[in-house]
Parts: sequence; structure tokens; C-alpha cells
Amino acid sequence: MSSREPSEAAVRRSRLGTNLLSYSVPVLAVLGAFAIGAIMLAALGANPFTGFWAMAKGAFGSSGALVETALKSTPLLLVGVGITIAFRANVINIGGEGQMVAGALASTITALGMTDVPAWAALPLALAAGVAGGAVWGAIPGALKAYFGVNEILSTIMLNVVAVQAMNWLLRDPLIDPMEIERGTRIPQTARLPESTDLPLFVEGGRLHIGPVIAVAAAVLVYLLLWRTTSGYRLRAVGLSADAARYAGMSVERNVVWALTLSGAMSGLAGAILVLGSEGHRMVTDGSTIGFTGSAGFNGIVTALFGGLHPLWTIPSSFLFGGLLVGAIALQRAAQVPTALVLALNGLVVLFVVSLDRYRRQLKEREEQSVSSIATAVSEGDESDSSPSGEDDDHG
Amino acid sequence: MADIFSATVIVATLSSGIRLAVPLLLASLGEAFGQRSGVLNLGVDGIMLLGAFGGYFTTLKTQSPWLGLAVGLGIGLVLGLLSSVISVSLLAEQGISGIGVYLFGLGMSDLLFQKLVGTPLPAASFQKAPIPLLSEIPVVGDLFFNHSIPIYLAFLAIPVSTVIINRTRFGMNIRAVGENPEAADSQGISVTRVRYAAVTIGGVLAGAAGAVLAIGLGIFQQNLTNAQGFIAIALVYFGAWRPLGVMAGSLVYGMVSAVVLLLKTRGIIPLGASDLAAMIPAVITVLALVVAARRFRAPTALTKPFIRGG
Repeated sequence: MSSREPSEAAVRRSRLGTNLLSYSVPVLAVLGAFAIGAIMLAALGANPFTGFWAMAKGAFGSSGALVETALKSTPLLLVGVGITIAFRANVINIGGEGQMVAGALASTITALGMTDVPAWAALPLALAAGVAGGAVWGAIPGALKAYFGVNEILSTIMLNVVAVQAMNWLLRDPLIDPMEIERGTRIPQTARLPESTDLPLFVEGGRLHIGPVIAVAAAVLVYLLLWRTTSGYRLRAVGLSADAARYAGMSVERNVVWALTLSGAMSGLAGAILVLGSEGHRMVTDGSTIGFTGSAGFNGIVTALFGGLHPLWTIPSSFLFGGLLVGAIALQRAAQVPTALVLALNGLVVLFVVSLDRYRRQLKEREEQSVSSIATAVSEGDESDSSPSGEDDDHG
Repeated sequence: MADIFSATVIVATLSSGIRLAVPLLLASLGEAFGQRSGVLNLGVDGIMLLGAFGGYFTTLKTQSPWLGLAVGLGIGLVLGLLSSVISVSLLAEQGISGIGVYLFGLGMSDLLFQKLVGTPLPAASFQKAPIPLLSEIPVVGDLFFNHSIPIYLAFLAIPVSTVIINRTRFGMNIRAVGENPEAADSQGISVTRVRYAAVTIGGVLAGAAGAVLAIGLGIFQQNLTNAQGFIAIALVYFGAWRPLGVMAGSLVYGMVSAVVLLLKTRGIIPLGASDLAAMIPAVITVLALVVAARRFRAPTALTKPFIRGG
């Protein structure tokens, strides 16, 4: 095709170059956000360097800090992995918040009903209920998109609203702690869940429960699912080109539903862990989703983007963003800067990543074009090998 | 029990429903402009929050709600332009970029509030401006002609927008770049410029929506909008991208919220039941999305960035 043929070494070099560039996009995005964060700190009268140093120390500086960071990272990782599944199938899931709430409610209701269930069964059942609750809350927009043509961005947004109102209703009325009615305080919270459903702690009396381990295991499982099973291959194929997937005999509709179901299941598990691992061992609402999730349903999008939409990279990514949230508390103490700063910075990270994304993709396309022209040129007589392998170097 | 059916209570409830509908109406009307031009702006809630804080803070400091509203509009203008740069010039994925604007607005408005105000202080609000003669008509007068000026202006914006979208060259250009940007481009219409204008109008109206919300309440708090900006986006679908439809959707929300509020404060039905009733508009909206997907067609180029020759 092409008039000149670059050598294989040149191809390798250009591929390394584009890969470096494509990996650097999220890093550049975070650096950009931090640069603006530094300006904001200075504007608020705080020294940016001591501010960021306080943040880093507060997030990663001691074993206690690391425990808090791991706990904060857990919902971010699970939601981020769920977002990754959806985005890989070219479905946009903005419903992480609602799916977390749905999972938490399902898990809470199940746990409340398990006073007589032996401990070995109670916790797995409560967690499974969370997975199921989130899965249902994801499957609904999936089915609406696949079979009714409803835009999933809109339906997931609206299901967030429905979920928060369902939560407020359930926690104020049917699920409210009977003590709250007796005392007349009517705080919208459930009774303490049965102890058999507490997430086991690593150290008695400590804070670290097995939630982070569950989240990492889930991330690895999702990686294996997406890159080592036919089901995952189908999801990604639908995401890359729905038409080609349909032509190859795959059901696009079923894969869309499946992607959002799995995605919701991950957020549902995050919600369940938030409740079962909470200090009060109960579900509480302040009337908003944010009050329960701490915006993890949206911040999970940030971690997924920073993790390059890859389940394994989302593990360190969520640890970093969890650290930011924990570090923000130290920053508040050291420099009287409200923790909301981190939320604003997360927003900027998203804006930088999506703004730079087009250039990353253009680079990628240019590289693929040059590689494919070489492939045709080099392996003229050879059978071309372009079947999807297990390699996970694709980032888009 | 019987007194909730008295005329005064019904009028007061419906009238507060109209008031509650206004922020949604402004935000979704603005979003309709952007979407008709082919741009989905998911950041409405973030723009509303910053507009709300700006409006509240200015009113608090100057005692002038009008200055507050102007600041809200200004903040909306800046963020609308920023959203245009990201969606139109940088061709970002619209389903995600708005979430960035939202998180930024959510965090930034809270940060500024805590840093500059701290404890929630009440601020001045708009004066009621009964319209002479009309406001004296029994029932109808109190219902429609006894509000503050921003509320009249918001409802006036509906027919004005209908005329702009359907009857002016600018409106025609908006529809053209939303339906077929390639064709519009070949006709010499600048897709970029029209989309910038439409998205910026959306930003200004979202900023106004936030300011009207906060100044109307006379307070600000973290996450004041409580996802109203997201509901506004869904209402654009609900209203089939038409100003009148958007108004109808906002009024459904406003009215149901007002009735729920009435039932709650009067303790007519158990608290739990009114919480359950509060779910109704959201559920209706989900069902409306299904109906809208069948009966109405979204602007063809919606969420698709335009690249010349691409």
C-alpha cells in the first residue's frame, strides 16, 4: 500500500513512542490538575508545597494513614472497575451512585433478616445481595438501552435520583431503627446489623477490614473476565465496533445489558462494603446520595480514566485517589483548606483526561495505520495474524 | 384535615409548585439549546452549584439579589464557554466531560462556601412583584401574577426560546448543526461558532437557574441543587427538545414537590408515604424516557463532535 516501507525497528520505536505518550496522558492530566490546585492553595493563603506535603503524609505517611487510604480506595476501585467494564463495551455508566445505593440497600435488608443465619453464610449472603442489588440497578438501564433505545446516560442519571429517594423512604420508614422511633429522634438509620455480617477485621480493634482485599480480588477477576474469556472478548468486541460484532454473529443487545449489569454489580458490591464495613455497622442517610457514597460513584469514573480503563491499573489509580481524599483531611488540619478541594481537583482531572483523549486516540490510530501497512507489506505471502490475542496493551 | 382542600391552601401549593419549577425550567431550557445544536452538556449541575454560590454570596455581601443574579449569569457564561471549549474545540467525549464540570462545581462551590461564609447565613431574596390588576383576579391572580420578577422572566423565556429556535436564522443554524453538521458546514455555517453560542446560552441559563434557586431560598449549602441539574438534562428528553415540553416537565416536578412538601408539613399522610410520593416524578421521567425514545428523535448529531472532513 504505502510507497515506502519503514523497517521493523522503526515500527517498534514508533509504537514505544505512542505507548509512552498514551500512558502519559492520565499523568499529565493529574499534573495539570495539581498545578491548578497549587494556584488555588496559594489563592486561599496556604503554601502549596507544605499543603501537598501535608496531604502526602496524611495519606501515605504512616500505617494508620495507609489503612485509611486503603479503606477510602475500596469503593473507588470497585466503581472504577465497573465503569471500566461499561466503557469497554462502549456504554456510558453515570449511575455508579445509584447502583451503590441499590447494592447497599439490598445488602442492608438481607443482613437485617439474618439474625439466625450462621456467621459463615451470613456475610457472603449479605455481600451477594449487594452485588445483586447493584446488578439489577445496572441491568435496568442496560435493558432500556438495548431493547427500547433509551440513552443510558439519561436513564442511569434518573435511576440515581430514584435510588436516593428509595433510600430516604426506606431508612425513614420501613427500615428505621425502632429505637429511633421510641426515642423520638427519628434519625434516618437502620438498627445495628447482626454481628455475623460485620466485615472481619485484620487486627482486633483496628479499622482495616477485608473490604480492600475483596475489591482487589474483584478487579483481578474482572481483568480475567475481560481478557481471558470469550464472554469478555465479546463485550470488548461490541465496544470496539457494534456493527462488526453483530456481523460476527454476536448479540449486541445482550452484551450491552450484560456490561451494565456487571458494571452495576461492582458498584453494588462497593455499596455493600460501605455498609457492612462502616463503623456503626448500619446504613445511615443524610438525604443525599453524596452523604452515603461520598461521591464515590462519580469519583470512580476518575479512577477508571486514570487507570486507562484497565482493571489492574485501576488498583493503583484508586489507591492514589483514595489517598487524595484521606490526605485532604490532613490538608484541612494543616492549612484550613476544606476537603472539597479534592473533589474540585478530581473534576479537573476528568476534564484534562477527556480533553487530551482525542489526541491520544489520534496518535494510536496513526500508529495502527503505519503498523498495518507494514504488516501487509512484510507478510505479503504469510497468513496475517491479527486475531485478538490475550495482550492487554490496548487502551482505547 | 378538610382545610387542605380550601382554596387558599390549594392556591398556595400550586403557586409554590410554580416557584419550585423555575430553576429546573431555566436549566433544562438552556440544556435544550445545547442539545439542539448537537452537544450534550452533562455539567449543568456543576454550573448551577457555582451559579448558586455566586448568586448567594453576592446577595449576602451587597444585599442586592439582582446583583447576585447577574453574578450567577456571569459564572454561567464563563463555565458555558469552558464547556464549549472542551466539547466543541477539544472534541471530548460528552458523556464524561460534563462529569468533570459537575465534580469541579460540586467541590469548588463547597470549598468557596466554607472558606468565605462558613456558617449558613440567610441572604436577601427577591421581592414579590404582583402585576397590577391581573394579580387581583381571584385565585388566578394569586397563582400566576403574584411572584417575583425572575419567575415571570423565566416563563417569558419559554415563548421567546420557541421563537428563537423555530423562527430565527440563529435557531435554524442551531437545528442545522444539530441534525447535519456536514451539510450545515457546506452551506457556510460555522458549526463551531453556532455550537459555542448554544452551549454558552445553556451555561448562562444554568448559572441563572442556580442563582434563582439559592437567592429564592436565601441560603446556600453543600450540594444545594441535589441533582436538579441532572434532572434538568433528563427533562430535555422528557420535553422532546421543545421549550414548551421542557416547561411541562419542570412544572410536573415543581407541582409534585410542592404537594409532597404540603403533605409532609401538615402531617396528613405518614412521613414515609410522602417520601415514597417524592419518587413519583423521577419514575415518571424514566418512563417518559422510554416513550420519548420511541416517539421522538433526538437531534441526529447529538454527542457527536464535528470534525471537518472527518
